[in-house]
Amino acid sequence: MSRLLAIVLALTLAVPALAAAQPREVVLGVVYPMSGPAAQAGVDNKAVFEIAAELANGTADLPFPFYQRLKGMPGLKGAKVRLIFADHQGKPDVGQAEAERLITQEKVTALVGSWHSAVTATMSQVAERHGVPFMNPESSSPGLTRRGFKWFFRTSPHDEHFTQVMFDFFRDFEKKRGVKLKTLGITYEDTLFGADSGKVMRELAKKHGYEVVLDIQYRAKSTSLQSEVQRLKGANPDVWMPTSYQTDAILFTRTMKELDYNPKMIMTQDAGHISPDFIAAAGKDAEGTMSRAPFSTDLIGKRPVAQALNALYSKRAGKDLYDFPARAFTGMMTLLDAINRAGSTAPAAIQKALIATSIPGDQLIMTWDGIKFDETGQNTLVKGIILQLLGGKYHTVYPFDVATRDVLYPVPAWKDRK
Amino acid sequence: MEIVNFAHGEFLMVAMYVAFFAWALAGLDPLLALPLAVAALAALGWATYHGLIRWVLGGPMLAQIFATFGLAVFLRAGAQFLWGVDFRVVQDPWLGGRVALGPVFVGLPQLAASAAALVAFLGLWRFLARTETGVALQATAQDRQAAALMGIDTDRMYALGWALGSACVGVAGALLAMYFYVFPDVGGTFALIAYVTVALGGFGNVPATLVAGVVVGLVEVFAGLLLAPAIKYAVVFLLYLAVVLARPQGLFGRW
Repeated sequence: MSRLLAIVLALTLAVPALAAAQPREVVLGVVYPMSGPAAQAGVDNKAVFEIAAELANGTADLPFPFYQRLKGMPGLKGAKVRLIFADHQGKPDVGQAEAERLITQEKVTALVGSWHSAVTATMSQVAERHGVPFMNPESSSPGLTRRGFKWFFRTSPHDEHFTQVMFDFFRDFEKKRGVKLKTLGITYEDTLFGADSGKVMRELAKKHGYEVVLDIQYRAKSTSLQSEVQRLKGANPDVWMPTSYQTDAILFTRTMKELDYNPKMIMTQDAGHISPDFIAAAGKDAEGTMSRAPFSTDLIGKRPVAQALNALYSKRAGKDLYDFPARAFTGMMTLLDAINRAGSTAPAAIQKALIATSIPGDQLIMTWDGIKFDETGQNTLVKGIILQLLGGKYHTVYPFDVATRDVLYPVPAWKDRK
Repeated sequence: MEIVNFAHGEFLMVAMYVAFFAWALAGLDPLLALPLAVAALAALGWATYHGLIRWVLGGPMLAQIFATFGLAVFLRAGAQFLWGVDFRVVQDPWLGGRVALGPVFVGLPQLAASAAALVAFLGLWRFLARTETGVALQATAQDRQAAALMGIDTDRMYALGWALGSACVGVAGALLAMYFYVFPDVGGTFALIAYVTVALGGFGNVPATLVAGVVVGLVEVFAGLLLAPAIKYAVVFLLYLAVVLARPQGLFGRW
């Protein structure tokens, strides 16, 4: 009798133990700015993250091998992916607190975030301390992957890749059009993103023999950018290179129009200048603005995977897929792929699977060569392109072989515009 | 009135949305929408007093702070819920471009906004100093009980004060909408500078606030132009700190 009892007891104890070994749920913490000045980035990304989770859960479908392999998370025997969204408001301290909460209380398997480089920096520190994988799909500050972190992975190019593309473009453009660009004016906002971007631009300008005639850092939340534009106007560089978030990008354009500052070429560092709000708000005043980017909406038609995803995304978000959600999706799918291959929610197994990641370029919505991480966690197969805002839409203008439009140069002066 | 409205920035945001929607839905230029914004904000101020402030006036200082702070959070979240997170801009307002004042270019919308702000200031000042209601309002602000003993209906004065203060924000919001983007968090950008300006001039002193406003503006622009743009606000706040350390009541404050 006592033996029977022992067996029954052992069985009842063993059954939940077996169940626990095979997780039924993969919980991921997704932290983005859902309110505050950059809320648009978080809100637009949320839709694409939900699609990613549905692809993994088998309730949505992308008919391409990489996504089919992930369907229903076979590696985890059909465990369901559940996303917990959190809002960091663009504040590093809030992001840090959210990361702490998600890891210790919600017991998330991994963290995904978080757009602002400065917030990604603090959040990933928490993840590193707890030994939780951190997937960063878009923050572009180069230093993020140079901290010797073991749990940090970035799928997107960083500002050195991007800025290098700008200087490649200058070189090829000068050759193609027979013009000479000599002087640069760089302006950048005062958080990690702007500061790092400014630094990279300064270094590359020196390396490639351009003269930086104006170098100013400004407050991202300025109520006025009059003095900044006055100084730009005074220095009048051949190329103006701003690094801005949405609010300051809009304010710059408005102030330039008011003060009649006419840069001949505007080469921007993505972020604010590429957001649909900037295009809607600055409208035709921003005509001719160029930006580096890892993705362009006008390439959707050329890439079947992007087209299929856009069909799902535009229905849900009410707008076409663009840079932010495109990169967010790529990062999230890379993480889901690793979790699926790991076949476990154990952090070490996922980390190992992430290191072994190898996704071919033709399965991505981006124009990259693929996804493969180096020992710092940086994707090495990235590629940047240059876009220009023409007729209210961004078009690919560089590399010249994939360009859909010619470069508009010089940008028409305010007085010559209709 | 011995109560600081921490939702002042959010009131500004509401006023800017009023001006924006008047333009987007009815094609009204922000200049034409100005009376609309003023009326809407006066109503909002009046309602805030009756719905919220009245009930916490007798309470501890902390309750008052949290009440308006809570209102700020509520308005901001409400705006995001109703109107989304997008940045909106009034396209092609009547006043655009710039004027040359000698060697200096000034944006026309900014110039018009300054002029209108001056007019609003003169109106407010005259009202406060020259009319019986205005004097009653000042009396209430100075000492509520004494004012009540003099037969002033302080409850009405408070409501008027809130309506008037908010109406001024209505003017600012409509004018700002001519050249500034609108989004749920826009108030925060201006609120801090606004508090500093008021405190620099001295609470309760309207002309002093005007002077302080000009000082803050000049310091901001010159610090940006001559020093570095990144530290222009640091210079403003440094000046503020220096002033309140030497004169806690502000430059021209009496109390």
